[in-house]
Amino acid sequence: MYVYDDLDQRIINERVAQFQDQMNRYLDGKIPEEEFLPLRLQNGIYVQRYAPMLRIAVPYGMLNSQQLRKMAEIARDYDRGYAHFSTRQNLQYNWPKLEECPEILAKLATVQMHAVQTSGNCIRNTTTDEYAGVIAEELVDPRPYCEIIRQWSTFHPEFAFLPRKFKIAVNAVEGADRAATRMHDVGIQIIRNEAGELGYRVYAGGGLGRTPILSSVVREFLPEEDLLTYLDAIIRVYNQFGRRDNKYKARIKILVKALGVERFSELVEAEWAHSKDGDGQLPSEELERVKSHFTEPAYLALEADSATYTDALASDKAFARWVERNVRAHKKPGYAIATFALKQKGTAPGDVTDSQIFAFADLADKYSFGEARSTHQQNLVLADVEQSKLYELWKEAKALGLATPNLGLLTDMICCPGGDFCALANAKSLPIAEALQNEFDDLDYLHDLGNLDLNISGCMNACGHHHIGNIGILGVDKKGEEFYQVSLGGASGEDATVGKILGPSFARDRMVEIIRILLDVFVAQRIEGETFIETFRRVGMDPFKAAAYPAKVTAK
Amino acid sequence: MTQIILDQQIANDDWTLVTDDAALTSAKEVINFSRWASAEDAEKEALIAKRDLGTLGIQLNAGDTADLLADDSQGFALINVEFPKFADGRGYSAAHLLRKRYGFTGQLRSVGDVLFDQLFFMMRCGFNAMAMRADQDLDLCVKGFETFTTSYQGDVNDARPLFRRRS
Repeated sequence: MYVYDDLDQRIINERVAQFQDQMNRYLDGKIPEEEFLPLRLQNGIYVQRYAPMLRIAVPYGMLNSQQLRKMAEIARDYDRGYAHFSTRQNLQYNWPKLEECPEILAKLATVQMHAVQTSGNCIRNTTTDEYAGVIAEELVDPRPYCEIIRQWSTFHPEFAFLPRKFKIAVNAVEGADRAATRMHDVGIQIIRNEAGELGYRVYAGGGLGRTPILSSVVREFLPEEDLLTYLDAIIRVYNQFGRRDNKYKARIKILVKALGVERFSELVEAEWAHSKDGDGQLPSEELERVKSHFTEPAYLALEADSATYTDALASDKAFARWVERNVRAHKKPGYAIATFALKQKGTAPGDVTDSQIFAFADLADKYSFGEARSTHQQNLVLADVEQSKLYELWKEAKALGLATPNLGLLTDMICCPGGDFCALANAKSLPIAEALQNEFDDLDYLHDLGNLDLNISGCMNACGHHHIGNIGILGVDKKGEEFYQVSLGGASGEDATVGKILGPSFARDRMVEIIRILLDVFVAQRIEGETFIETFRRVGMDPFKAAAYPAKVTAK
Repeated sequence: MTQIILDQQIANDDWTLVTDDAALTSAKEVINFSRWASAEDAEKEALIAKRDLGTLGIQLNAGDTADLLADDSQGFALINVEFPKFADGRGYSAAHLLRKRYGFTGQLRSVGDVLFDQLFFMMRCGFNAMAMRADQDLDLCVKGFETFTTSYQGDVNDARPLFRRRS
């Protein structure tokens, strides 16, 4: 992964000093609350319901074991012994003291980590495929491009006060949108043109939130060296013409929709024409420099599916089940990608304790070249594990409570922190997640249901991505009471779809029953081998509606 | 006399922003962009003559983008860019474009809700003057240009991104 040189380190150190100074002036009463707000946001600090929340950037989800240990140390020393992985692959602390945040950031800087632009109306952490670099399907490794974007977006002087937050995602697998790029303000699809040259298809104007919209193509092919000048052009257009009068209409998706993508593209192209041949163009030396940080680790020449591995699969059913759900094929023979679901019964999705993080760092060192990844489904990954060591790894992970074989299943749900922590939320989301985990804890049943994305957001801001869950749950406020609106048919990936609302919302104590009813409809309607989303697409909303609102049907 | 930050030092301000109906004198005066845009015939000629004497400045207010002024910018001795609120970042793009696209070389000044923590960004986008909000400490402000000793992006002062400056 990318390793800072002196200049990268200097920039991060100077950032810590700057924020320490800002914090001092704030605590001295020299910066009013309102003016401190964007300063703390751009350093990752939200003030939540009970305490500040500090969001640490995990650029494109990559972590090394040293960084994991530092994160665990901070969870232990500054928080209440745990931390939370978010849907942007970042890590959040829920209980730091405001005045201690600069100190925490100084500690993170010693392991090349930061909280730069993890919040606020600026360019946020760039995300990509959590399996980047280790799957055979990808055209190239997308991470160097993410790192190039990270550097360009860090303290960009022109774009620190955009109309609204701005999120970029990069995907390098054609035919599978592995980074939800269509749901981002800008999506970069790495492609080759007919001449075989590397470049990008550029999308803009996607987003979830109050008005979910899939992005549109702004440019079919952008040459590799033009990445940053083109991003400059897009954001310069947005910075000048995006709406600033209403924060719910301020995302770039609203501008693209209002202008139409053709007109928006014309403006971007006209802007870009002025800068495309300037110094902002990426020289091949820079591309090579950054790419050289993402070379392969020292893989051994191994045979695939060794006897040690296949014997373990045959002899231990629980292991085999975990492998079936949580282990994915690696591009190198004899290696595997293992995902550890942070979705244990009794803990909030994405939560990990300091001792789990410490132990996971050891597993990374022992089994995966000292590197790990966080995922937008709020899980952790070891990407380079020898197949023949998977059994041993699984046993260790199991002892840590990190080997639930539920990846992609109902209980591998995405959930925001909701009203228990977040000041924006209309309703709590964690109790719903917990109730569902408790109710649906029969693994045979879960495996029988198969792949099913259930996503929960506590409000319209959609941090829990409810729009793109096969089953989406959205917390709403009804005259001061917490209700939940259910949507069906959402999907991420290449066939990304925004879900449709089932009907009137439900009280919290009915949610388990309603989900049970919906699952029963699916089981009754499905044809052999169908997943929930496939059945839904075939039979439509009606049977689900009829089962969820029986009285209404009778009334007709 | 009001003080501003000019070329990273405290300086006296010898310009005055005048209302749209004020009669112009021979002093250094700044008019709103809308007055310039709507002036016709003799009035426009008078403005151009004053501009060419170096005593007319112009102010882009919230929502006035740099392309509206475009090449007309070049003759002015001063362009103000208004920040209606510190969180409104349109002025950064306006400054960048005035300097880089339209070749403006005169005094480029941020006015309005201009605060210490914006100075480093403003300097990089091409502002060489800042009319700080009244409550800002000017002695502190002159130190607002040293926050970072290097930056990743190219900017108006040095177009080369860090990747063209790494040895």
